[in-house]
Amino acid sequence: MSASTYANVLELAAGLVIVCAVVTLWRRSLSAIVKTLAVQGIALGVVALTLGLHQHDDVLITVGCLVICSKGALIPTLLGRVLASEPKSRETSPLVNVPASLVGAGALIFLAYGATAPVVDLVGTTPGRLIPLGFATLLVGFFAMVVRRKAASQIVGLLLVDNGIALVAFLATAGVPLLVELGATLDVLLVIVVLRALAGQLWSRFGVLDLDQLRELHD
Amino acid sequence: MSTLAHVISAVVAGVVQVGVVCVGGPLLLGLMRKVRSRLEGRTGAPVHQPLLDLRKLFAKQRVSPEQSSWIFPAGPVVLVATAVAVAAISPLATTHPPLGQSSDFFAIVFVLLLGSVFIALGALDTGAPFGGMGSSRAMTIGALAEPALLVAILAMSIPAHTSNLPALVRLGLVHPAVLVSPTRILALGSFLVVILAESGRLPVDNPNTHLELTMIHEAMVLEYAGPDLGLTILGESMRLMLLLGLLVNLLIPWGVANRPGALLFGVGIVVLAAKVAVAGAAIAVFEVFTAKLRLFRLPELLAGGFILAVLGVVTAVVSR
Repeated sequence: MSASTYANVLELAAGLVIVCAVVTLWRRSLSAIVKTLAVQGIALGVVALTLGLHQHDDVLITVGCLVICSKGALIPTLLGRVLASEPKSRETSPLVNVPASLVGAGALIFLAYGATAPVVDLVGTTPGRLIPLGFATLLVGFFAMVVRRKAASQIVGLLLVDNGIALVAFLATAGVPLLVELGATLDVLLVIVVLRALAGQLWSRFGVLDLDQLRELHD
Repeated sequence: MSTLAHVISAVVAGVVQVGVVCVGGPLLLGLMRKVRSRLEGRTGAPVHQPLLDLRKLFAKQRVSPEQSSWIFPAGPVVLVATAVAVAAISPLATTHPPLGQSSDFFAIVFVLLLGSVFIALGALDTGAPFGGMGSSRAMTIGALAEPALLVAILAMSIPAHTSNLPALVRLGLVHPAVLVSPTRILALGSFLVVILAESGRLPVDNPNTHLELTMIHEAMVLEYAGPDLGLTILGESMRLMLLLGLLVNLLIPWGVANRPGALLFGVGIVVLAAKVAVAGAAIAVFEVFTAKLRLFRLPELLAGGFILAVLGVVTAVVSR
């Protein structure tokens, strides 16, 4: 792979990750958001694969394949099952309307660029220049968790944060160790299982899946 | 070649470009209608029907509403004049159009905006309720679309170090890697959203409706008749052709003449017509499968366009 192709593919894949993060704020339908997350997971895997192929790092290539399988296929499928079990909540119910949250995301993206400028100077490699995109994905994920109250939307936000952290890790260091990446992916899987149980409980008790209902403790 | 020959060839190129846009705009409109009606199972009017309509309209008598001022007839004239001016200096078939040095992307956007503003003023001038409603809606959409377009242009000019439009097209020809950079793709995505909004296509405005609750552009031109209406239709179709032509040339610049020469210029015209026809047909197919968005959902679409442009700027700054 020539140097310019390598930089181009890396830029495109990292750009796709942040575009997907913004699209999750843009779309209302939860099933469309889950599809977007799948695309983001694949883009993240492509970043790891490209880096691995360029640095001839077998572990990074393995991590890339794993990321594509887990974040591109497994987690979105599980999340899709959770959504299918909640027939009444096909749409997100954002606290902030969509145009305002998009403008907020724009501000966060610039904030991420400003905040990571010293890190970019420190790393100084081709992938290092793309670190702000990963950090921006992380901030957009936090933002999505704050402004959306449905249990499934919170998981979407958490996945965005996770993907952002993974992107920064791939770009800043030559990738996290395989064990750490596996651990993080398992954590997210566990959270989805817990969410599945929580959603069932919420549904049977309140008939809605709004986390604001969980304000009091019960015996 | 001497300076005089350069000037003459540039002037000829400009005149030919204006002619192509003048005839091509209505033909593009006819093609989009044809594609739409074929997909809906109708035969549809022939592709050159808008040209026939224009001939019919221009042969009619001029009428204007009572108590309307000079602004009412001036609206369509300014619309066509701005479209002609932009057609002459844009890099449509050649990257060396006349006055190419001054065909800045920002300047072109604002010259086109002048036409929209005059049509809105003309609609307000008659005092008819529909005109005012249409103007207010069109200006609202314009106010939301313009920032997205300006940021998109900013994103495209960062890697090129200039906002000169012929230079942007030339950069794509010389360095094809620019074309697949996320910056260019995101900025052009935002540009496409703005084109759909500014030229009143679905999902922003339905060009075929005369339903009072939903029409935007048609409400503005409701009072025009005869030659004035003809000029409005001509101007709007020229703008659509211009914007689509600029979009395809920034997306896929191959075929645009990068050196002077009649043969290359002729090839440029043919390639431009083909590219714009494909883009127009694609938009027509998209329109068949889309419903018009509610007016209150439009800010979401345009905010999406804006955020794409912002991402374009960020990726441009990041990958510099």
